[in-house]
Amino acid sequence: MTFSEQLPALQIVIPLLGAPLCVLLRHARGAWLVTLVCNIACTLVALALVAATRDGEIIRYALGGWAAPTGIEYYIDIVNATVLLVVSFISSVVCLYAWNGAEKEVPLDRHYLFYTGWLLCVTGLLGIVITGDAFNAFVFLEISSLATYLLISLGRERNALTAAFRYLVMGSIGASFILIGVGFLYAATGTLNMVDLSERIPQAESTRTVLIAFTFLAIGLMIKAAIFPLHAWLANAYHYAPVTVTALLSGTATKVSLYLLLRFFFNIFGTEYSFGQMLLNYILLPGAIVGFVVMSAVAIFQTDLRRMLAYSSVAQIGYIVAAICLVTPLGISAGIVHIINHAMIKAALFMATGCIIYRLGHAHIQSLGGVAKSMPVTTAAFIVAGLSLIGVPLTAGFVSKFNLIAAMLEKGWWIAAALILMSSLMATIYIGRVVEIMIFRKPRLATPESSGTREAPLMMLLPLWGLIAISIFFGVFGSETLSIAASGAERLLDGRLIEAVTATAAQAGSMEVSQ
Amino acid sequence: MKILALYNYWVVIILMMAGLYIMIARHNLVKKMIGLSIFQTSIFYLYISMSKVAGGTAPILLELPSHGGHEEKGSSALEQGAADTVETVSASVQSLVSPSVSAVDSVIYSNPLPHVLILTAIVVGVATTSVGLALIVRINEAYGSIEEDDIRAMEQKDSA
Amino acid sequence: MNPLWTLLPPLAVIPFIIFFGEKRKNLRELSIVIAGIVLLLLNNNIYTSLMNGVSSRSGEIDMMAGLTLALSAEPIGNLFALLASFLWIITTIYSIGYMRGHHEKNQTRFYACFAIAIAAVMAAAYADNLLTLFVAYEVITLSTYPLVTHAGTEAARRGGKIYLITLMSTSIALFMPAIIWTWVVTGTTTFTVGGILSPDSLSPLAMGVLLSLFVLGIAKAAIMPFHRWLPAAMVAPTPVSSLLHAVAVVKTGVFALLKIATYTFGIDTLATVGATDWLLGLAAFTVLSSSLVAFSKTNLKARLAYSTISQLSYIIAAALLASSVAITGGAMHIVMHGFAKITLFFCAGAIMVAAHKTEITELDGLGRTMPLTMVAFTIGALGIIGLPPASGVWSKLLIAQGTLQNGQVWLIAVLMLSTLLNIGYLLEIPLRAFFRPVRPQGSSDGHHDDHVGEPVDIAGTPSFKSAGWHEAPAPSLWAMMMTASVVILLFFYPAPLVELLDLVAWR
Repeated sequence: MTFSEQLPALQIVIPLLGAPLCVLLRHARGAWLVTLVCNIACTLVALALVAATRDGEIIRYALGGWAAPTGIEYYIDIVNATVLLVVSFISSVVCLYAWNGAEKEVPLDRHYLFYTGWLLCVTGLLGIVITGDAFNAFVFLEISSLATYLLISLGRERNALTAAFRYLVMGSIGASFILIGVGFLYAATGTLNMVDLSERIPQAESTRTVLIAFTFLAIGLMIKAAIFPLHAWLANAYHYAPVTVTALLSGTATKVSLYLLLRFFFNIFGTEYSFGQMLLNYILLPGAIVGFVVMSAVAIFQTDLRRMLAYSSVAQIGYIVAAICLVTPLGISAGIVHIINHAMIKAALFMATGCIIYRLGHAHIQSLGGVAKSMPVTTAAFIVAGLSLIGVPLTAGFVSKFNLIAAMLEKGWWIAAALILMSSLMATIYIGRVVEIMIFRKPRLATPESSGTREAPLMMLLPLWGLIAISIFFGVFGSETLSIAASGAERLLDGRLIEAVTATAAQAGSMEVSQ
Repeated sequence: MKILALYNYWVVIILMMAGLYIMIARHNLVKKMIGLSIFQTSIFYLYISMSKVAGGTAPILLELPSHGGHEEKGSSALEQGAADTVETVSASVQSLVSPSVSAVDSVIYSNPLPHVLILTAIVVGVATTSVGLALIVRINEAYGSIEEDDIRAMEQKDSA
Repeated sequence: MNPLWTLLPPLAVIPFIIFFGEKRKNLRELSIVIAGIVLLLLNNNIYTSLMNGVSSRSGEIDMMAGLTLALSAEPIGNLFALLASFLWIITTIYSIGYMRGHHEKNQTRFYACFAIAIAAVMAAAYADNLLTLFVAYEVITLSTYPLVTHAGTEAARRGGKIYLITLMSTSIALFMPAIIWTWVVTGTTTFTVGGILSPDSLSPLAMGVLLSLFVLGIAKAAIMPFHRWLPAAMVAPTPVSSLLHAVAVVKTGVFALLKIATYTFGIDTLATVGATDWLLGLAAFTVLSSSLVAFSKTNLKARLAYSTISQLSYIIAAALLASSVAITGGAMHIVMHGFAKITLFFCAGAIMVAAHKTEITELDGLGRTMPLTMVAFTIGALGIIGLPPASGVWSKLLIAQGTLQNGQVWLIAVLMLSTLLNIGYLLEIPLRAFFRPVRPQGSSDGHHDDHVGEPVDIAGTPSFKSAGWHEAPAPSLWAMMMTASVVILLFFYPAPLVELLDLVAWR
């Protein structure tokens, strides 16, 4: 039993233990430090897991030493190792940013609770991704959701409370649907372990029980992933939450739900069943396409920067779902690449917005005049991240968009490709509109707040630019992310988890804990 | 009389729909929470009723079994129970039951696993309800109302 | 030599530009000139090695699976790079006179963005594949946007908006999918001798659509209806209009089309694409209609801009004719028109700095105070028209020859007609300047007084009163004399260009 064998458990245990530590500390900066250390540790663990699964290996970890069908198992392959890395990395960067970012938005005496919520949220998100047990995924989903409601409600405006409440109602319905789906799966197969499920569903897949489970899971995951038309909760939540929280959520929460969707429908139900028989792609695709076209258009007319970016997020989720709906290796790897790239881009955009809010106290697009003069570094960051969102070459967004369109054309979906381009043009408009105001419009009458406007603190700019630098790196050297995504797509399309298990039984056995 | 034999599902469906209806139709936030709780409770019933095996006792261990894991036994018992009630499942499920475990003990008992699961789900449900109620308290402090129409009107005034 | 080195001088000079800043202007501009000379020498080095039959390639960056960023030296690209780097030096010299004479602000930012644009032009010129070309194309758009909006006025902002939106949206919506499509069909985007698309790799209709996506998507070539950005960009300071919007930016567009015609489609495949007919028609329409629009413009820079649009469509037509002669002519026209048009813009800027005039109607009699400028203008105009002893003759001749080879006789008629129109709208200006009497100050156009920002009585501006010479500052004058003499030189000595273009492997 070596240290490296315990990595899967550490991934969850570190933030889970960090959370009560924050409460015990009752100290704002101390809690921040704990959160940061936990997040960085998680990132390192995730990095190690990615390295371990990079060559198609699979790690099966029996939690507490209880072997798979009885106990809960963590199942890690390249797909979820990648998502683990994205989540923990984004969380680390945003946490660094929160040193200054959260101080004006959350009262200092509540910071320790804020960071407790943060760590619980990260625990939940990582748990959803790492677990190999369907019911455990639900539990982690609720842990992250409950923490998210708390974090959203901490926003400065009172609308944050109603936004959190509405998200709570929608989120609980979504989670309950997932719970029902899992229950029916259990009734049909007698197991909750994902590997066993993927093994047994084929024998039961003609039954109505599996059909019902499939339907409930599909709807529940669509709500949690904010797939059009079940996206309504997202705009308010992202708008009114503290912008630090929005940066965290935009990079992680919906991405995790998308991962779960991939895992359930490709591996557990099997590609053949989900897409061949149930035609899930034809159920998701219209929503995805209408989503990215309409939501990009809606984003153009927003008056608040955060809300504009929130609608843009729904549109980007539409791209990812549309890519998944292709059910081709190129399409799914384009989807995974965009999950990675969009997480970085959108987090960076929200962080830049946070810098503006930090100095201006608001993010009304029409009153952003003069920001380029007073906050040039932030504006430059916003522009670069915006270009990445549009998909200008040498940015990460270009790599995803290129692959997305290539996948569409490969499959012969001309119209969908054309609509993606149209949506990109609309992104040009809404980003360009903001940038134009920032650069050219004169500042409004100098209010006491804005007259002293200057550049955001270094502790906000550094993580922001760090994230942007990495997204540019992935824009120039995109092959690494692409090859990870491609092997992930292979794993997903390969179908059932069990095939992989028999193939790599030798390696998997060594990871199981012997008592 | 198959429809009536599946009465447990009817109860679940009625509760679930009632909960959903309350959440959609009622504009009082507390009532919405009540709806959510009913909705969640219906799922608890679903799990519990599925685990019941006809003629089975409570899954309490009276003496140590000589061999075989009781977990596997439990799940296979569930499958038999499910096969009794849901005819569509039966064919496929029978094939899953491993013959070696079904004859271990003569005692028939309900599947304990869903109980365990649903204990967790109840905890989650309680947590959700408490977070929701806490939010409602804060909303009441901020808006002076928990009627959604009033709040919406005030929100529009905020954003205008 | 590795073509990657050509990116170095323009990029390496940026820290110097910023370091020297406004305080040490002379050093700042000297460093740019030095970088320009180094760049020219590097390109010349590539030229000699190409002439010796040595072609070179840079290393590659693996951007996406199988898609790389790479540079390679090739005759058409080398020609374009030589043109751009030579004119960069001249334009910098010109800018010294213009920017200081015009008291422009933020000159450091101006020169820095200019250098980035030049680096991107080098990358475009030596692009080894469509992806690299596209990346360079977008960088050019973005780096020139601050130059277009340099003045920061409402008009500059509006112009910049049209500029950015047209170029970005066409490249994203048309050019990029065309590249992706090519990649999906052929599995590569590398520029290959003879082309990568074979006639049977796509249905005739799809092939036509693909070609149309390329031609329309490369809006820098300013084919109608995507030409509006070019007149809009004329709000920029004149050095920008002259180098970027007469040479570097627009020529990147047509150059990209020439490369795509030669190395992506290949002239044999291109000959089978039916869509060339309607695109040729569109190019011909652009040639004629923008010439007519040029007639109606009284603003000097606007007229030159429409003239550019018309000339660019010559090259687009040349690319579409699918004959080696026409493409050679098109590549020559990039150079010939480049020198001629930059001369004209230099003159327009000189007139603006020295006499503060922007309208053609105000130019009457200007030949007496600015004779050198107007002589240079005449030579530039002859170059555009294609009359001896100016260089435009050769390229137009080759394009016409290619037209005949292709059997598109009607296109000859279009070219002739457009040449007549050229004579009309370009020669009007020197004729006015030399042969019309000076207008008395009071009777100039009524709106003259409305020009708030126009410093009419700036110190030492005796242009209306005395008949003495009053030319633009010496560096500017120098620059335009230089380009005007190159226009004439290339008429007598076009051999180096022809020899270089003879190296292009067509099949």
